Amino acid sequence: MRRSTYLIFGVVTVLFIFSWAIKALVIAGDGGNYLAQSFMVTFAAFLTLAIYSFLYEDNPLYKFAEHLFVGVSAAYWMCQAFWSTIVGNLIPRLSEGLSNYFMQPYQASPWNPAYIIPVVLGVLLLTRLSNKYGWLSRWPLAFIVGTTAGLNFIRYLRSDFIVQVSSTFVPLMSTKLHPWEGIGAFFSNFDLSATGQFAALLTNWVIFLGVFCGIVYFFFSKEHTGTFGRASKIGIWILMITFGASFGYTVMGRISLLVGRITFLFGDWLGLVQN
Amino acid sequence: MKLKLLVWFLVMAFGASLALAQDEPAVVDSLAIDTTQVIGPAPVSMLTGKDKPNDHGHAVVIGWETSPDDGAGQNSVMGYQILLSLNPEGPFDSVGFVPAGNVSFEHIGAKDKDAKNFVPDNTDLYYRVDAVSMGWTAVTPSAVLGPIQSCGQLFNRGRWAVLIAVLIFSFFTIFYVMKARGGAELYIRPIGGIEAVDDAIGRATEMGRPILYVLGLGSAADVATIASFTILGRVAKRVAEYQTALMVPTYDPIVMTVAQEVVKSAYMDAGRPEDYKEDCVHFVTQSQFAYVAAVNGLMLRERPATNVYMGKFYAESLLLAETGSMAGSIQISGTDEIAQIPFFIVACDYTLIGEELYAASAYLGREPKLLGSLKAQDWGKAIFVVLSIIGLIAAQLGWTSFVDLFRVVD
Repeated sequence: MRRSTYLIFGVVTVLFIFSWAIKALVIAGDGGNYLAQSFMVTFAAFLTLAIYSFLYEDNPLYKFAEHLFVGVSAAYWMCQAFWSTIVGNLIPRLSEGLSNYFMQPYQASPWNPAYIIPVVLGVLLLTRLSNKYGWLSRWPLAFIVGTTAGLNFIRYLRSDFIVQVSSTFVPLMSTKLHPWEGIGAFFSNFDLSATGQFAALLTNWVIFLGVFCGIVYFFFSKEHTGTFGRASKIGIWILMITFGASFGYTVMGRISLLVGRITFLFGDWLGLVQN
Repeated sequence: MKLKLLVWFLVMAFGASLALAQDEPAVVDSLAIDTTQVIGPAPVSMLTGKDKPNDHGHAVVIGWETSPDDGAGQNSVMGYQILLSLNPEGPFDSVGFVPAGNVSFEHIGAKDKDAKNFVPDNTDLYYRVDAVSMGWTAVTPSAVLGPIQSCGQLFNRGRWAVLIAVLIFSFFTIFYVMKARGGAELYIRPIGGIEAVDDAIGRATEMGRPILYVLGLGSAADVATIASFTILGRVAKRVAEYQTALMVPTYDPIVMTVAQEVVKSAYMDAGRPEDYKEDCVHFVTQSQFAYVAAVNGLMLRERPATNVYMGKFYAESLLLAETGSMAGSIQISGTDEIAQIPFFIVACDYTLIGEELYAASAYLGREPKLLGSLKAQDWGKAIFVVLSIIGLIAAQLGWTSFVDLFRVVD
């Protein structure tokens, strides 16, 4: 490491200890293990700032936070999977001795060979570590991909095709609330409100044209020229307008995440704002 | 003495009358409460029961006509308690409660014999629907309904539309796969983002920098991830031919295993199996933002010339694409997550929108199976448009029978 890196780490460590001490003094009167509590809050705040430092450029503090985050999360999820899936779900159904060893309540149910299948598939996945038997790991992969793809085929065909088809069955001339009584009546009762006939019909027309032109854009067997091309262009415009709306909506969600972090820094850590 | 006795008698009589006068209302009050408890709401009538159709069994549908006191009469019904017994004489156990105004109840029991709410199939079941007054002050039992038997059905008749769609789609897929295998030239229009992949690999080779391929957060069974594997195979083959470095950080261990197989096969196809390094496809973590932090760090330290994001992405899409953009990489993305496409559009050079990702895998692979399925998808879309137009006319003219054809029952 360069000298500047040592210097940065030194300054940050001093700041951290100073901040920890101040926080500990502030919350000392609240009772409890104030030293550990203040350490946690200060450490979390420093990690937050270390991650934010990436906005400037890649630096040793970011690297430290990144590696800590990756290492802790990888280990956490491995333990979580082991204890919840293997120890929590599988062992209590297979063996009383192992259940007692892991201090899990044994589920004494009739012997079900179906529980052995995931065990065998899981072990086969591990054969990947062997050069000689590595090919066996393809069997569980084929099982997982094939089974899920088959299940998804039905699910998507239903939700993305049949339900979508029926959702486009909208009347273009009249609705239940606003029966069509001729062009004269339409203009004499013209109403721009959201509940009016014009808005209801406009919505239905947008649905129809949007779906139709959108599908034309995603038609790959024909070149997009002539009328087909024009419909495809309208389709991409409708998609872009939709994406724009979606972008704005999601950005607002991200702002709320930022507000959450800032509230933590200024509230929980610095105590400048009340939570 | 007589006067004293008379006064004493009068005082006693007065006291007794006061005591009686105080007791009397108490008697009346208690009688009034008893009357309320005894006179409950009128019972429900016209009880019907049948096995719940189109299910795996262990469920019964009970129907009734509401009590005359439900919203009318005494207006005292709070709801209906549904009770079950295996014997017409009882004892009955409560299995559900519905508020006043309801006329049916689906009793969906457990399949497991040891479960508390187990409902046996092919066994006589007896039900009662008791009208319950406000505050449970009175409960009026109904007549006993039964015997009813629940049983499972092999087919869900509410899903005919799905079966027909599966058959039609399968027919088109098989037809076009066979046609493609027979050597027929199936046209697919050029897709901008995919045309750029080869150029991007060439750029990375010229610059002597690696290519970063991100498969997203999907599992190995997600359609987007499967499509991404095909594109990865193509990219890896080109990378092997040009002898450029490839980095594939993965989020899911199973995706990593499949990706390793794909890349290994691609290097073998390119005739350079000795250049394949297992570490080029590596696992990072299964925590979303930790994965993002690691990939972002990789982008800034290794400075890849090209970043390819293909697969299923969630909130990390913009974080990845923005960092890649800052690092000056050419970026090509594709996902079927509609909420994430806008982020890729603003931060990447080329974006495959939704189904273009699936089409890209067929376009690049030129495999008969993929081409056949893509053609079948196009036919599916054509059928979609035709059905939509008929449906629009049906909706306008009020032909509900056509609309009902597309109603799928769970």
